[in-house]
Amino acid sequence: MVRPGSFTISTSTTQRLIEVTEMKDEKTQFVSRTVPQQSWTFSNPINAEIRRAADTGIYDIRGGGAKRRVPHFDDLLFLGASISRYPLEGYREKCDTRVTLGTRFAKHPIELDIPITIAGMSFGALSGPTKEALGRGASAAGTSTTTGDGGMTPEERVHSNKLVYQVLPSRYGMNPVDLRRADAIEVVIGQGAKPGGGGMLLGQKISDRVAEMRNLPKGIDQRSACRHPDWTGPDDLEIKILELREITNWEKPIYVKIGGTRPYFDTTLAVKAGADVVVLDGMQGGTAATQDVFIEHVGLPILACIRPAVQALQDMGMHREVQLIVSGGIRTGADVAKAIALGADAVSIGTAAMVALGDNDPKWEKEYQKLGTTSGAYDDWHEGQDPAGITTQNPELEKRMNPVEGGRRLKNYLKVLTLEAQTIARACGKSHLHNLEPEDLCALTMEAAAMARVPLAGTEWYPGKAGF
Amino acid sequence: MQTFDLASEGLRKLNQTLHAQNANTNQTEWNIVNPKGSHAIAVGLDAPISVTVNGSTGYYCAGMNQQADVHIKGSAGPGVAENMISGSVIVDGDASQYAGATGHGGLLVIKGNASSRCGISMKGIDIVVGGNVGHMSAFMAQSGNLVVCGDAGDALGDSLYEARLFVRGKVKSLGADCIEKEMRPEHLKILADLLERAGIDSKPEEFRRYGSARQLYNFHVDNAAAY
Ligand SMILES: Cc1cc2nc3c(=O)[nH]c(=O)nc-3n(C[C@H](O)[C@H](O)[C@H](O)COP(=O)(O)O)c2cc1C
Repeated sequence: MVRPGSFTISTSTTQRLIEVTEMKDEKTQFVSRTVPQQSWTFSNPINAEIRRAADTGIYDIRGGGAKRRVPHFDDLLFLGASISRYPLEGYREKCDTRVTLGTRFAKHPIELDIPITIAGMSFGALSGPTKEALGRGASAAGTSTTTGDGGMTPEERVHSNKLVYQVLPSRYGMNPVDLRRADAIEVVIGQGAKPGGGGMLLGQKISDRVAEMRNLPKGIDQRSACRHPDWTGPDDLEIKILELREITNWEKPIYVKIGGTRPYFDTTLAVKAGADVVVLDGMQGGTAATQDVFIEHVGLPILACIRPAVQALQDMGMHREVQLIVSGGIRTGADVAKAIALGADAVSIGTAAMVALGDNDPKWEKEYQKLGTTSGAYDDWHEGQDPAGITTQNPELEKRMNPVEGGRRLKNYLKVLTLEAQTIARACGKSHLHNLEPEDLCALTMEAAAMARVPLAGTEWYPGKAGF
Repeated sequence: MQTFDLASEGLRKLNQTLHAQNANTNQTEWNIVNPKGSHAIAVGLDAPISVTVNGSTGYYCAGMNQQADVHIKGSAGPGVAENMISGSVIVDGDASQYAGATGHGGLLVIKGNASSRCGISMKGIDIVVGGNVGHMSAFMAQSGNLVVCGDAGDALGDSLYEARLFVRGKVKSLGADCIEKEMRPEHLKILADLLERAGIDSKPEEFRRYGSARQLYNFHVDNAAAY
C-alpha cells in the first residue's frame, strides 16, 4: 500500500514497513497498490547488460575469475584436535611445508620451501615490473613463478630462483633457449576461467615490446588459439611431452595444466601422457581477459575438482608420485590447508598475488571512479589503464608498481599464507602440511559435502556416500 | 661422416650425442640409419651440423631446430620442424599435419605434399612445398613465407596475420580475412630466392600471392560473423 505519486522503489520488507508506518502517521487516504517489484530474472544488472549489448554489439570482455558465488573452501571447516587426536605445539613443534615437484621422470625435480606457487600470468597482460615483483617475492619466500602467454622476460628469469616455462597453444615467444633456461615446463591445455577458450590481448596493450615478443604488428587485437597447433588428443600429447623431454635431456619436470571440467578423466589422461605434475585450475581462477559469459558459465569450481583428480591419481597408484597443484580462488592459509587436506600437493595463486602487489587497492579509488568502476570491482584489465600499474603496458602507469616493494609485499603475503596453513595443520596434529587429510574436514553445506566428499558438519554423511 | 644406428642405440643416446656437438665440433656430418618412423628424432639441435636421416620419421623430427641442416630421406610424420628457429630441414617425401608449425625462422622444404595445417601459426619460418598442402594451412600465420607449388586445400590462410602465401596451383577456398594480393616485383624476387634455395624448378610468375586483408585486426561488430 503506497500513496500514489510518491513511492520509493524498494523490495526490502523492512523498508516497506517503515514506509507504511510513516504514511499512517500522515493520516492520509490510502489507495491500495502493489509495491514496485524488481524482477529476480531481469534484475537491474542484467538489464544494464542487455542495454550495453544493444548499444555496442559486442560481448563483455573482462579479466578476473568467476564473480558469482560458488561452493568454495569457505564451506568447509577443520575439526581440529580432540581427545582422540592431539595437537602440536604452535611455536615449538615442527610443521613442515616443503614440497618436491616432478619426482616421476625429471632428473632435476623442483624443491620448494612452501606449497604455494605463483601461477602463470603473461607478460603483456602484466607489466614487466610486475613480473619482476612476482619473481622477487616468490624467490624470497622459497617458491616458484611461472611465465605465461607471451614468452619469458629477462626480468622474471633473473628474479625467479625457480621459473616454470609455459608451452601454450599460441607459442608466442616460444624458443628452445628459454626452454633450456627454465626450471620446469608447463604444457597448458586449459585454464579454469575459460576451459576450451584461447587468450586475447587487445590492441591497447600491444606495445612495441609485446608485439616484438609475439611476432605481431603493434596495436592489433591478438588472439591466442585455444588448441595446440601441433597435436590433438592424449596420444599426441604423450609424443609432445617426449619431444620436450628429449630437447631438455629429461632434466626438467613437465607439468600439464588443465581447466576444471572433467577432472577425473583429464588427470588420468595427463598422467598417461607422461606428466610429472598436474595443475588443475577451477572456475574462480583469474584470467587476463576473456568473455564474461565464458568466465561465469563454463567450468567447475575448484572445490568440485580436487577429489575426482585425487581419485584418478589413487586409482592409478600415482597419488604423491605425480604431484597435483590446484588453483582458482586461493586467498588464505585456510584455503591452502583445505586444498592440501583434500589431496593436493600444492596450490597456485594468481589473483591473490596481484592483490598483494596492489591490484584494486582502495587508495586508487578516485581513479577507479574515473574509469566507471570502484576498487574491488575493477576488472577491465584488458584495457591497459590499471591505476595500480599492474595490468598495463603504459610506461607511466607501470611506474606505480615498484618491483622491490611489490616483491616484499608478496613475500609477506606468502609467509602469512604459510603460517596460517601451519597453524591449522598443528591444530589438527600434523607435522607436515601434507599430513592433512579429508578426515580433518567437515562441510557446512550439502553442496560442499557432495563436492569435497567430506561429511556434513555434525553428521557422518555426505551426498553420494555409500550410494545415497 | 658419423653413422648412428637408431634401432640399436636408441633415441635418448641419439639426441644426447647430437646435443653434445657445438660450434667447434669436427663431427659435422651425421648419418642416422634405421629411423623406422621414430618420434622426436634430432630435436633441439643447436650446432652447425648436417644430419641425414635415412628413412621416414615419426612426430616432430627436427623440432625446435637451431643452426643444423637436417635432411630426411623419406617422409616425415606430424609436426616436422615445429617451432624451428634457424637452419634447414629438407623432406624428400611427404609431410604429415602441422609441418613447420609455429616456426620462427630457417627453411623447411617438403619435396612432396604436406598435409593439413602446414605452417600453422608460423612466426617467421620459410616453407616451400613441392606438391600440395591440405586444409587450414597457414592458419593464424604471423610472418614468414609459405610457397606451395601445387594446390592448396580449404580455408587457406584463415585468420592470417602478416605471413605471405604463394600458391602456383588452385586454392580450394580462402579462410577468413585471407585475400589474393597483387604480385609486385619485390614479391617475385622473394619467391625466386626461396625456390632457388629449395632447389625447386618453378617459375615465380606462375604463382599467385595471398595475404591478410587485415579486417580482423581490431574487433568490429560488422565482422562478428567472421570471428
Ligand atoms: C592477469 C592474469 C593473467 C593470466 N595469464 C595466464 C597465462 O598466460 N597462462 C595461463 O595458463 N594462465 C594464466 N592465468 C591464469 C593463472 O595461471 C591461474 O590459473 C589463475 O590465476 C589461478 O586462480 P586465481 O587467480 O584465483 O589465483 C592468468 C591469470 C591472471 C589473473
